Amino acid sequence: MKNNLKNMIIKYKSLVGLLILCIVISFITPRFLSVSNIKNILTQVSVNAVIAVGMSFVILTGGIDLSVGSILAISGAVAASIVKSTGNLFLAIIVALAIGSIVGLINGILVSKGRIQAFIVTLSTMIIFRGVTYVYTNGTPISGLGQSFSSIGNMMVLGIPIPVVFMVIVFGIAFYVLSQTRYGRYIYALGGNEDSARLSGINTDKIKTLVYVICGAAAALSGIIVTSRIGSASPNAGVGFELDAIAAVVLGGTTLVGGEGSVVGTIIGALIIGVLNNGLNLMNVSPFYQSIIKGIVILLAVMSEKKKK
Amino acid sequence: MKKRSKLLSLALSTVLVMSSFVGCSSQKSAESSKKIGMVVSTLNNPFFVSMKVGAEKKAKELGYSLVVLDSQNDAAKERSNVEDLVQQGIVALIINPTDSDAVVNSIKFANDNNIKVITLDRKSNGGEVACHIESDNVKGGEMAAKFILEKLNGKGRLVELQGIPGASATRDRGKGFHNIVDKKDGVKVVASQAADFDRQKGLNVTENVIQATPQFDAIFAHNDEMALGAIKAVKAAHKTVVIVGFDGNDDAKAAVKSGDLAATIAQKPSLMGSVAVENAVKIAKGEIVQKEIPVELQLIKK
Repeated sequence: MKNNLKNMIIKYKSLVGLLILCIVISFITPRFLSVSNIKNILTQVSVNAVIAVGMSFVILTGGIDLSVGSILAISGAVAASIVKSTGNLFLAIIVALAIGSIVGLINGILVSKGRIQAFIVTLSTMIIFRGVTYVYTNGTPISGLGQSFSSIGNMMVLGIPIPVVFMVIVFGIAFYVLSQTRYGRYIYALGGNEDSARLSGINTDKIKTLVYVICGAAAALSGIIVTSRIGSASPNAGVGFELDAIAAVVLGGTTLVGGEGSVVGTIIGALIIGVLNNGLNLMNVSPFYQSIIKGIVILLAVMSEKKKK
Repeated sequence: MKKRSKLLSLALSTVLVMSSFVGCSSQKSAESSKKIGMVVSTLNNPFFVSMKVGAEKKAKELGYSLVVLDSQNDAAKERSNVEDLVQQGIVALIINPTDSDAVVNSIKFANDNNIKVITLDRKSNGGEVACHIESDNVKGGEMAAKFILEKLNGKGRLVELQGIPGASATRDRGKGFHNIVDKKDGVKVVASQAADFDRQKGLNVTENVIQATPQFDAIFAHNDEMALGAIKAVKAAHKTVVIVGFDGNDDAKAAVKSGDLAATIAQKPSLMGSVAVENAVKIAKGEIVQKEIPVELQLIKK
């Protein structure tokens, strides 16, 4: 038991970082630890966490997906326009998720079959799908979406905000897939050494393609959450979100070369970023200093990960 | 391979032919001594479209022809637009820069060809500019603050949602706001936090502020997007707060109508375009114009 705990601490150093951060902030602003603020943080984190979990799949194979912000924007915009014209919430969600998956599939095929570096592929699709969003929305936000759609982002189930429920479900599925299924083991094998994975008979192209589909679908789900939370789909939604998601993955101890890491870490990483944003707001820290503090925290966290090796 | 290069050459020649048509049509218009050039950062934004419409109306009124080119937010395109206009023999150039630094060389090019330049909405960090025209953001911040104090009977706790740190709109709107509220007794700014002109960040930051200081009476957001996000947060917390935005975009105007937003400070892009042409004509006639011309703003309330 004691050994177990020690292993946990070594494995999830980022968790220790998160706890320290929470303790420091709660000493400065006692409101930080109130139930309503914790709900508040979890809701805000869910947007980034859902993307970051999808991003973890990609990064575990040694890839990267820069297009998540644009996927979020286009799928949010499409969901909004469907809800606005038909009022059919279910259809809107299904189509948005399908669009995210299709864009992910395009990324995946270009990376696996096209043999183009993931950074280049997703940089291009990031730009292309931002453009598609501008064309689709004609550069103006889509608003007036009605009550049922906004309930996704703003209602609670058994006292838990729905976005948080989404986050927990996504995390649960991802955790199960990565740790309990053959597909999950193949992802780690592929990230560890692609050549030996292929030689041992794993269909590496298929696995690689699928991780981008997962990442695209996750970004689309996040797009639905964002759009329903603010009750409007902005053509500029999600700009820069890829960096927050990558930061969450890296803070959680997953290495960018692939093959090593976990979604547990990613959730902790997303929480660190969310707690930091919330804490700095609560303490009314000047925005000029906030950037410096955030950057330093990310650096410190990654440095502590390095040390353990 | 061969097929591909054929296709490429076909596509390229089509583009060339089409662009030469565009060139022809603009060269036909009016005699060059009464031609003013206008280069707009992007026409993919209603704000700049109104600016263009206002400018065109004024030009027609004054008997000048106006050639408007779209830079599509691309500094390289902007440069070639300026070159094209100079070739057409314009008497003055109105430019709404894509970027304050990137525009400098374009303006120098116009200077070298003895064409006077007016900058619109964004400044240039170099070159010789005869006149700069922009909305009076400081005054807009003051208008918002005065409106809020009037609504609260001169007393209350205020929250400020700032734009992107360091951006000129953030600085000026914030400065105007603080000019009014900082000296008042019984008025306290309980939080000043950045939400980067973004609706979702406006929502998140307001949620966080509500956690930290649940008691406040009004929010001044440096743009409408953040104000619209703040409305969501305030509604979810079942609070009644006076919220004032900035820009006067369509969503904000609808929110003012429905009562969710107390007011928004609207820029007048059409007036800006009109003032620019007015001064371009003055310059063309050799009259002296003011170096900086602030354009008034408008408070939109229910």
